Amino acid sequence: MKELLKINKLSKKYHTMKGEIEAVKDFSFAAGNSSFIAIVGPSGCGKSTILSILCGIEKKSGGKIYFGKKDITIGYMLQNDTLLPWLSVLDNALLGLKIQGNLTKETKKRTIELIKTYGLGDFIHCYPNELSGGMRQRVALIRTLAIDPDILLLDEAFSSLDYQTRLEVSNDVYQIIKKENKTTIMVTHDIGEAISMADTVIVLSKRPAQIKNVYNIELNEDELPSSKRTHKDFNRYYKMIWEDLDINV
Amino acid sequence: MSEEHKLYIKKVKRKKRSILITQISILFLFIILWELASHFKLINTFLTSSPSLVIKNIIFLYNDGTLFNHIFITTYETIISFFLGTLIGLLIASIMWWNDFIAKVINPYLTVLNSLPKVALGPILIIWAGANMNSIIIMALLISVIITIINAYHGFSSVDENRIKLFKSFKATKWQIFTHLIIPSNINTIFNILKINVSMSLIGVIMGELLVSKEGLGYLIMYGSQVFNLNLVMTGIILLCLLSIIIYYIIVRIEKKFIKFF
Ligand SMILES: Nc1ncnc2c1ncn2[C@@H]1O[C@H](COP(=O)(O)OP(=O)(O)O)[C@@H](O)[C@H]1O
Ligand SMILES: [Mg+2]
Repeated sequence: MKELLKINKLSKKYHTMKGEIEAVKDFSFAAGNSSFIAIVGPSGCGKSTILSILCGIEKKSGGKIYFGKKDITIGYMLQNDTLLPWLSVLDNALLGLKIQGNLTKETKKRTIELIKTYGLGDFIHCYPNELSGGMRQRVALIRTLAIDPDILLLDEAFSSLDYQTRLEVSNDVYQIIKKENKTTIMVTHDIGEAISMADTVIVLSKRPAQIKNVYNIELNEDELPSSKRTHKDFNRYYKMIWEDLDINV
Repeated sequence: MSEEHKLYIKKVKRKKRSILITQISILFLFIILWELASHFKLINTFLTSSPSLVIKNIIFLYNDGTLFNHIFITTYETIISFFLGTLIGLLIASIMWWNDFIAKVINPYLTVLNSLPKVALGPILIIWAGANMNSIIIMALLISVIITIINAYHGFSSVDENRIKLFKSFKATKWQIFTHLIIPSNINTIFNILKINVSMSLIGVIMGELLVSKEGLGYLIMYGSQVFNLNLVMTGIILLCLLSIIIYYIIVRIEKKFIKFF
């Protein structure tokens, strides 16, 4: 399997007048095509920083990042609800294409298809404040998918939702990602979410983020996250990861 | 719609209407009391004038042919300084948003200029720009520009970091962030600035007219007080009230039309 992404000894220091903050240190790992990687770690350990560096919002301080493809496109779905309230569902979904100058009849059609496929067809001309929290996250995901990214980054994408919605949206998003066959890196502090969605879970230490442990999750990929949660291996993974994190604190 | 909801809507509408009716009644009551008090010599109309005297005065000015000239001059000056002030203010605020260095350099100057009473600059303005319409417009500009810059820059720089991050993740240029995010996020701020600037420009224009002019409502008030014709002063003030209400109303109408799209 050719690696789509390889990170070697990535490090990041933030400089402020108060001092130097080492957010990431010697972080190395590789991601194959259409793998689903979850990164868990205590809050403030540097998870978001890693994603920001990957998609070019922040500069790295050291290390190397290799992409297995030229002109790689990266889609970044942020933590909070970042839909623009003055744009309709369709215009929100088209935002990335528009900004990147890739808005054509075809890409627009594809985006409308995405919106319809993922159950928002009736809401295409609605505004974000008319949608439920779960629907908004789905629009945000479609907006990220509309640019047809090679790698999808999710940063605590469901943390603003209540528990029930969160489980539903996890199912939705999981199905969408599997269907679109996207390589995904998901940051979360929810251990259950990580185990039930990813095939690899990376556990980070507290700041500066270093890899503490890596788990290959061997649960049936065809099952939905909510049903994976009922598996007895789920609890086994949960316990191990929980202990990894617990020692850190 | 359920009966209950209909009742609710009716109640809200009725409340709205009674507020409006009360507001109008207060205004009429005031005018009537003013007229009655002057009619029965409870107040000295030489000092306070009266509604009927004001109307007489307006008719006199109309027959004189100067009424609309005064109104036109003040409106014209206000509109010019309103547009210039808003444009220049928004432009400078945009430059400050664009370039942090410039913003930091300008900031203390803005603070000082903002707290400086602009009337104090009147005499210098007259010497520099002459006793004409130019110094009136410059005066009004000084008043509206500073506050526009401060409000707009504050709005521009308090746009949600996460949204900026989103745009950056799409590799947006700074110009794209400005046009697709900063400006639309600040539509409300901009309309508030417009509303503030209507009054700021009017204040500036009247202040300028009091100092230098030969025409306009400010001149009418000034001239009236110089010849101790309080009727003329009152007439000027009332015309001014009407003018500011009309301009404000126009802005609110535009806002309502515009906000629909957002
Ligand atoms: N732009 C920044 N400037 C300075 N420090 C930052 C910046 N962004 C993040 N940090 C610091 O880096 C550390 C890691 O942050 P982050 O990656 O957001 O953590 P996480 O996503 O794991 O909660 C935190 O201590 C945070 O305060
Ligand atoms: Mg984070």
